Amino acid sequence: MAKITLSDLKHSYYPNPKGPADYALKEIDLEWSDGGAYALLGPSGCGKSTLLNIISGLLTPSNGKILFDDKDVTRLPPNQRNIAQVFQFPVIYDTMTVYDNLAFPLRNRGVDEATVNTRVMAIAEMLEVTDMMGKKAAGLSPDNKQKISMGRGLVRDDVNVVMFDEPLTVIDPHLKWKLRSKLKELHQKVRATMIYVTHDQTEALTFADQVVVMQEGEIVQIGTPVELFERPAHTFVGHFIGSPGMNVLPCEVRDGGAFFGDNLITLEGAIEQGAGTAEIGVRPEFVTLGDTGLPAVVHKVSDVGRHAVVEAKVGDISVKAVLESEAPAQGASTHLSFDATKTRLYRDGWIATRTAP
Amino acid sequence: MKTQNQKAWFFVLPVLLLVAFNALIPMMTVVNYSVQETFGNNIFFWEGVRWFEELLNSDRFHAALGRQFLFTGIILAIEIPLGIAIALAMPRSGPWVPVCLVLMALPMLIPWNVVGAMWNIFALPDIGLLGYFMNTTLGIDYDMTQNPFAAWATIITMDVWHWTSLVVLLSYAGLVSIPDAYYQAAKIDGASSWSVFRYIQLPKMKQVLTIAILLRFMDSFNIYTEVFVMTGGGPGNSTTFLSIDLVKIALGQFDLGPAAAMSLIYFAITLLVSWLFYTLMTKDDAK
Repeated sequence: MAKITLSDLKHSYYPNPKGPADYALKEIDLEWSDGGAYALLGPSGCGKSTLLNIISGLLTPSNGKILFDDKDVTRLPPNQRNIAQVFQFPVIYDTMTVYDNLAFPLRNRGVDEATVNTRVMAIAEMLEVTDMMGKKAAGLSPDNKQKISMGRGLVRDDVNVVMFDEPLTVIDPHLKWKLRSKLKELHQKVRATMIYVTHDQTEALTFADQVVVMQEGEIVQIGTPVELFERPAHTFVGHFIGSPGMNVLPCEVRDGGAFFGDNLITLEGAIEQGAGTAEIGVRPEFVTLGDTGLPAVVHKVSDVGRHAVVEAKVGDISVKAVLESEAPAQGASTHLSFDATKTRLYRDGWIATRTAP
Repeated sequence: MKTQNQKAWFFVLPVLLLVAFNALIPMMTVVNYSVQETFGNNIFFWEGVRWFEELLNSDRFHAALGRQFLFTGIILAIEIPLGIAIALAMPRSGPWVPVCLVLMALPMLIPWNVVGAMWNIFALPDIGLLGYFMNTTLGIDYDMTQNPFAAWATIITMDVWHWTSLVVLLSYAGLVSIPDAYYQAAKIDGASSWSVFRYIQLPKMKQVLTIAILLRFMDSFNIYTEVFVMTGGGPGNSTTFLSIDLVKIALGQFDLGPAAAMSLIYFAITLLVSWLFYTLMTKDDAK
């Protein structure tokens, strides 16, 4: 188990990268503490798998360093890094039994059979696979196969970090939840540093203590699930996390205030100096309908069970609101107001308001 | 509840006709010949199982069958491991892939009798490149037409050259279908390259290898053309394999009855051994 430091990490799949567009990863600086549960969240192609492969040693970065507990491992091959990785599709050794599969990483490292046996049985107990130890691994169901490949990662007691690369992709929906909570439980038991890569916000937010949101090879925000939800540092995070995503409204900054059309919008705090396209961001959860505020027309109402999502139009611009109470009828006129402490200004996507003191 | 749609039979009919004309009827003709004696003029005498009894007790048949199994055994023992080794050494991606594939496929594109003629000339001691080199430069007494060992060595080398590619291409197809994650996981698990071969590559190649072994078995067990062109079964009877012997009996001696009986036994052996191979190699999958 180890602390992981990524310093000034860049990677390009081209031999001679020219512009920033040639880089799959642009400038990553990160520090992950020992025993934490982290998630790398981002859309497909954002560089999260590249980053994962660099940490596991399957790829050597074009630039920068990776440290495990202050030891430089940038050039070390995967088997010397003491890491474990669980892949998108379960990787199991078909011809071996479940027991042999779990014992494989230990036997390869010359561990004596008695120790192998205790470790394997302990892990099997944790994964609840003790009843299938003698079976051929090829005949297992996908979720059990994925459990075995997780087990192969956890069976070694010297692992620095266990990495998961979208491990629940091929698992049936009703088993996803079970396996996810199993994973959380395992993390609490073994206390290994775990990194979970996914494009599914639910998976990231339920698994991790801290989520790293990536977009186009860059980290846009690092934070706890609550931080990401409450105060997105970038409109991308606002969009990507939450269902529906954050409302982003065009606005104009004048006289130290943000104007949406002719209406002054109260923000969480003072606006920072700067240039660039200004936008107002507010989550649908913090928009309320009432008798005062921005005049709007209810355009669409979708009832999602516990709450209703109302799409209202202010002029041409649509604003979504999540209502716990009864929603107005389609076509009705209403007024929108935003929770000022949760309303922020963004410049070129990045947050540009200071929190109120 | 017993009403079944009998119309389905009409759809099977064309295939049935095709199979009847290209397999069943010729086969039945052979069965007919195998129980009779003929002296030409389309006159036949009933002989019952006499030809089968004679054949199964004949030393000549035993010798040809023994040679046939020895040849096929040697061919499989060389071509299967060699084919796998070459497939493992081939690049998985990049500009050399099509080059390798075409080079591999080339020997298989050459007609069998041409292969025989090529190797025949190649091995001639006085004018052939190989024969001349062996005799003059290396000083080895090598003459396919005189020395049974030389004849065997040449035929085996020829077959390895001609057909190893088939094993290579099938194995290669099996290899490239293995997802990268398996190799990455093996690296992380600290597996040696032997373990990677034993636990990842070989199991994933098993199905295509089953096909490769079956095809190579059937083809080499029925080998005729190349051997006929190269040695004609000689020197003496040393390379008289089953098919060569069969043609000698059928067309050389015009003993249609014994030849027909031999054909049937030959066919039965090929079928039986293929079935054994297949059953043994796929018995684990059923579990």
